[in-house]
Amino acid sequence: MTGERREALRHALLLVPALLLLVALFAYPLAGIVNRSVYRNGYTLDAYRQVIGVSVYVQVIARTFRTAALVTLLCLAMGYPVAYRLATLRPRTARLLMIVVVLPFFTSVIVRTYAWMVLLGRTGLVNEALTALGLTRAPLPLLYNQAGVLVGMTYVLLPYMVLTLYSVMRGIDGGLIRAAHSLGASRFQAFRRIFLPLSLPGVAGGTLLVFILSLGFFITPALMGGPSDVMIAMLIEREVEITLNWAFASALAVILLALTLIGFVGYNRIIRLERVFEGRG
Amino acid sequence: MADDGQRTGPGTLAITTLTSVTLLFLLAPVVIIVILSFSGAEFLRFPPPSLSLRWYERFLGAVAWRRAILVSTEVASLTTLLATGLGLLASLALVRGRFRGKGALYAFVLSPMIVPTVITAIALYFFFSRLRATGSVVAMALGHTVLALPVVVIIIVATLQGFDLRLEQAALSLGASRMTALRRITLPLILPGIFSAALFAFLTSFDELLIALFLSGSEIQTLTVRIWNSLLLEVDPTIAAVSAFLIGLTSLVLGASALARRRGEAPEG
Repeated sequence: MTGERREALRHALLLVPALLLLVALFAYPLAGIVNRSVYRNGYTLDAYRQVIGVSVYVQVIARTFRTAALVTLLCLAMGYPVAYRLATLRPRTARLLMIVVVLPFFTSVIVRTYAWMVLLGRTGLVNEALTALGLTRAPLPLLYNQAGVLVGMTYVLLPYMVLTLYSVMRGIDGGLIRAAHSLGASRFQAFRRIFLPLSLPGVAGGTLLVFILSLGFFITPALMGGPSDVMIAMLIEREVEITLNWAFASALAVILLALTLIGFVGYNRIIRLERVFEGRG
Repeated sequence: MADDGQRTGPGTLAITTLTSVTLLFLLAPVVIIVILSFSGAEFLRFPPPSLSLRWYERFLGAVAWRRAILVSTEVASLTTLLATGLGLLASLALVRGRFRGKGALYAFVLSPMIVPTVITAIALYFFFSRLRATGSVVAMALGHTVLALPVVVIIIVATLQGFDLRLEQAALSLGASRMTALRRITLPLILPGIFSAALFAFLTSFDELLIALFLSGSEIQTLTVRIWNSLLLEVDPTIAAVSAFLIGLTSLVLGASALARRRGEAPEG
């Protein structure tokens, strides 16, 4: 029917204002970065050559990948049991406990980072507790080094992992597990043969999401890391604010952007991003 | 998936323990910072030896911090208006419309959540520098709208998907115009979702640092930008009070949103 088609088209037009804003203030400025990375009095790949050619920059990229991988592993190791427990609890109890995941999730990243800076300092709670328990004589250096970065980033990103895993696990049919039990499977067998394989999309999605978000992390490593813990995003900021080498900063940004978008496309194939945020409860 | 009733066994115990430890890991820093913000001591030690409001006096007594709250509020309010308005229209299009490339456009609308904020921030910095418009509330609000839009769309799309289309069709069959049906039936019913979306848009802007940092000027600084500038120098206890203030705001938004949603669900039982 033509009336119905016109109706569908009219609905489509409602998207136009949002798209105009995103094109003007997101896509166009990002395209500006791409252009800046290849254009300096004529098209050139000098900025990219500089990234690949200088070993310090290659080291920063390698460190960023290593840190992101470690953070992702930590998040998965801590997040899986929590999501599993929450998904197997009664919905009411699970919703209540979910507040514990969601409250930090929606708290400003800089506030969460500050909290850990206080906790991990020389006279912070963690060092006080370790000393009181006799585990260490002198305060351990937990801040302004890689340990601090790992704790801080894991803390900030863990809720993404839990929410992604939970959104998948919540959809697993409990009847399948009961069927496995009734056919004689032990609890562990039922978990390994039924639950675990069904939860793998969540594992893949959560891993990918945390990894790509880690790659672009700035605030936490900038405040909790030491001089040798520079990551790509910090390098970009430094080149823009201090060195004023905008072409080089743009080339780094394009590399980071490309990696992120590849990850996002992969993630979108596995899990719908919007479902994760609906798990807020 | 529901619990199958068997809870004993070493495996279950181990998982419950791990879960408790991790949940403690998530909650403790937030709670400890709030407690420390009431400390009476010169240094942030836990537990605080005495309680006082001195850090709140330092925070709310300083003109610079009060101005930062004002700037953050202005930026967040403008962001909320823009993101909620545009997001509502976009959500209607994404749920009701049928057109080619809808999935790709939806992904495009969500993509600011995924693109590293540093990149978005420097892109906007280059963009607004050329227009000589950095250091303004409007520029910051426009930048924050890019980040808040996906948040709004996710919430309103979910609300619209849960909306019973037959209610609107009933209104139409009783002679209401499209506009009347939207205004009198659909909008009131999805209002809790819109309200919740607006709250999260406000929070997204209020909590954001990087775009605000790049677009700030010496006079125009948001609360998070001031926290950042302060933390680069030292771990100042005043920030504990500022943090507690922001944690309070987050709790308020989560609480109000949960309440609105429950109200919204009430009529259907």
